[in-house]
Amino acid sequence: MINEKETAQRVIEISGVNPRKCMKCGKCSATCPSYDEMEYHPHQFVDMIDKGQVEKLLDSESLYKCLTCFACIERCPRGVEPAKLIEAVRLVKIRQQGQNHLKADMIPDILDDDMPQQAIVSAFRKYSK
Amino acid sequence: MKFSYYPGCTLKNKASELDSYARKSAEVLGVTMEELEEWQCCGAVYPLAKDEIATKLSSVRALVSARDKGNDLLTLCSACHHVIKMVNNDMQTDEDIRTKVNNYLGLDVPYEGETKVVHYLEMLRDSVGFDEIKKKVVKPLKGVKIAPYYGCLLLRPSKVMAFDNPENPTIMEDFIKAVGAEPVLYPYRNECCGGYTVAEDKRIAQNKCNDILASAVGKGADMVITACPLCMYNLSKNGTDFDVPVRYFTEILAEALGLKDE
Repeated sequence: MINEKETAQRVIEISGVNPRKCMKCGKCSATCPSYDEMEYHPHQFVDMIDKGQVEKLLDSESLYKCLTCFACIERCPRGVEPAKLIEAVRLVKIRQQGQNHLKADMIPDILDDDMPQQAIVSAFRKYSK
Repeated sequence: MKFSYYPGCTLKNKASELDSYARKSAEVLGVTMEELEEWQCCGAVYPLAKDEIATKLSSVRALVSARDKGNDLLTLCSACHHVIKMVNNDMQTDEDIRTKVNNYLGLDVPYEGETKVVHYLEMLRDSVGFDEIKKKVVKPLKGVKIAPYYGCLLLRPSKVMAFDNPENPTIMEDFIKAVGAEPVLYPYRNECCGGYTVAEDKRIAQNKCNDILASAVGKGADMVITACPLCMYNLSKNGTDFDVPVRYFTEILAEALGLKDE
């Protein structure tokens, strides 16, 4: 990682989100269906990115637990759109060489007879570049 | 009534029933679904990042094809509907994305989001009308208690999707009434099924789907309906604590219209 503050700025640019609009109400995390799965919760993503602390987020499995269900985006009273920040951090991670979270040779073990194409396509879009 | 129709990758494969029942029903309801001559997979998830252009192009190509035919674009899979409608919104409202996409595609007439994207359920509600459907039902699903599962993608973000009230939707309940069944109101109907995380960690989908089905069954559901192939998969495969049947909404429409066994 070159510079943590610069990376945080890059995350903000990719996401198009202004984390300073956040009023710390916690509604995004309260409504998040993946809350229990996450080490860092949506409101922490917003706060840590605002403070330039992205290194911990980049190394966290929480990046892969967001369902992009748009609950936090829908319900944020300030229009902050936390899921867009989580997506941007994940992209900064997986756009690096060798950082794909899902690899093609993992697919045969995941597949079963009923799994729709949509599952594989969307997982690759989210987890790999 | 004629629409350009975008089926999407899964409706040509694992979810072919969602597609075939929709086509049969549309014929009886006087709706022509004209499949786009050429279409590409939408990518199944909307690319949230501002700097993702290439991943939005397949949606724009479909939107342009419909525009050039002078049609609205009809979708059926919740994910395709979400992706294409969100990208269309970008083309209407985000000058940077619009410019880059148009520069890339080099169209004869630049695209600025002119096409209207319509989900099959919206078509039933707004173009056909639920009262008209009621009149055409020959085998009403009397006494069947059906839990509508909306999931995330049809409803949110409501500012763009404008599908229904995102927290208290009624379109699927009204549809269920139109086919003669009884809708079950349950709190988890717009909660996420776990989506694509099933490829990363099945446990998440199992937890989510068992919560959803517990909520539906707890309110007396005999059946759950959905418009999304991934929700269908997760609910039927990963809702491990329940064996309540999960069906595509088009299947019960076709059944009520007397088309299921044809």
